[in-house]
Amino acid sequence: MDVLTGNAGVFASGFFVTFQIVLLAAVGALVLGTLVAAMRISPLPPLRWLGTAYVTVVRNTPLTIVFFMTAFGLPEIGVDAGFLRIPLLDSLFTRLGTDVPYFRFAIVALTVYTAAFVCEALRAGVNAVQPGQSEAGRSLGLTFTQNLRLIVLPQAGRATVVPLGSVIIAMIKNSALAGAFGVAGDLFQTSDELTSAQGLPAIPVFIGVAAGYLILTVPLGLLLDRIERSQAVTR
Amino acid sequence: MAERAGEPPAAGAGAAAGAGAAADTEPAGAPLVVLRGVNKHFGDLHVLRDINLEIARGEVVVVIGPSGSGKSTLCRAINRLEPIEDGEITVDGEPLPEEGRALARLRADVGMVFQSFNLFAHKTILQNVTLGPVKVRKVPAAEARSEAMDLLERVGIASQAGKLPAQLSGGQQQRAAIARALAMRPKVMLFDEPTSALDPEMVQEVLDVMISLARDGMTMVVVTHEMGFARRAANRVVFMADGQIVEQAAPESFFTAPSSDRAKDFLSKILTH
Ligand SMILES: Nc1ncnc2c1ncn2[C@@H]1O[C@H](COP(=O)(O)OP(=O)(O)O)[C@@H](O)[C@H]1O
Ligand SMILES: [Mg+2]
Repeated sequence: MDVLTGNAGVFASGFFVTFQIVLLAAVGALVLGTLVAAMRISPLPPLRWLGTAYVTVVRNTPLTIVFFMTAFGLPEIGVDAGFLRIPLLDSLFTRLGTDVPYFRFAIVALTVYTAAFVCEALRAGVNAVQPGQSEAGRSLGLTFTQNLRLIVLPQAGRATVVPLGSVIIAMIKNSALAGAFGVAGDLFQTSDELTSAQGLPAIPVFIGVAAGYLILTVPLGLLLDRIERSQAVTR
Repeated sequence: MAERAGEPPAAGAGAAAGAGAAADTEPAGAPLVVLRGVNKHFGDLHVLRDINLEIARGEVVVVIGPSGSGKSTLCRAINRLEPIEDGEITVDGEPLPEEGRALARLRADVGMVFQSFNLFAHKTILQNVTLGPVKVRKVPAAEARSEAMDLLERVGIASQAGKLPAQLSGGQQQRAAIARALAMRPKVMLFDEPTSALDPEMVQEVLDVMISLARDGMTMVVVTHEMGFARRAANRVVFMADGQIVEQAAPESFFTAPSSDRAKDFLSKILTH
């Protein structure tokens, strides 16, 4: 217990770094995943093909490999993911702007990987909308994007909330890999620091770290349960 | 129609008017919808076999035939909900574009009414009717609303305007779907078995709306087995079997004296129940 209370500040700052990573990666994955889903259901075969290829490759690659690619591959070709140094946002999330690129790489890796799962969750929701709905939209003369925005996605929305939530929960847990790939001071790397460098006992340290992840995932899971129940009633 | 005067269909349309069918005037001018040499497969299944069909302005064509003969596919090909492999389809002289905005623009001119209504489930009846004019035709919202209310009045469901589709009866939903299509001021309306999903007591209220549309001069392609509708409102009956147009004639002569064996056989089956 002393280990936890004595290092509360270290745990808190680790938690905060992890929180930043998952927040940014979640936004990135939702945006990229929506784009890939739009490609996969687009009427244009080349876009469909590209979307399908993305999902097939990324979904079937171990996340560790994706992290290796970003943490070691990107520097080799001279990329430091500088496009993530977004003005204003980098004053809120200060690590976005630093010269050490690993925080940005972690966000890239998690975004790229999770987007494939976001895409599939969205696509399942879209497929659950009766095809007659989009046919009616098309026959009114709505364009593909209007039809998606006005008719299909609003109806797919409810059906996608719970699967999307599960994808994000998985992503939060996956974010632990960031600490193993160069991000200093996230929850996971904190544990390494406390046990290896400072020689603290492993069990209490890892209990503290696990608690940090649970604080993020459990409320989200409970929220999803509630949404699922409320959908069951109104259906 | 003039250049086809020697062919049975044109003669049929003329006979319909002569026989005192509903249409007051002989359809005239260049055809509005033309299908030429249209072929389509679903895998190995040849669903549309070399279809040639011309529909004149103001003409009402009823398509009839056994289940699986390709009637829905034909209907859906006219606004490219089903792409075709071979042949040409033109609407008001314009060939159907492949995809994209040009196709959307053309579809706006072709109204479609589905067997299962397909009203937008998350929008009210009024929103269903105003959506197309506002988003596609860029009509100002207030104007679209007042026109939509007029249309809902015309199909007899103005009092339901604020409800969701699921709160309406099937007959009311189908009349709303007709109003939604009409709101786009289409050049031609396609109906794919509009009354087949309805309880029997609701069929007539929908047919009445369609008959009044036909009287007002709307060009219509109607897949239906409702012979009463065909007799009262159609200029021509097109009989399909196995993806082919087997026979076309004025309603009266088709129902009383079909010329093909397929049609005789089919009519004997639908007349006995
Ligand atoms: N999307 C599809 N995929 C494969 N076969 C289809 C599809 N739609 C229709 N068919 C088949 O094509 C044939 C014609 O269908 P359809 O045009 O719906 O006939 P009808 O409306 O006259 O009953 C049927 O045998 C049907 O099973
Ligand atoms: Mg059909």
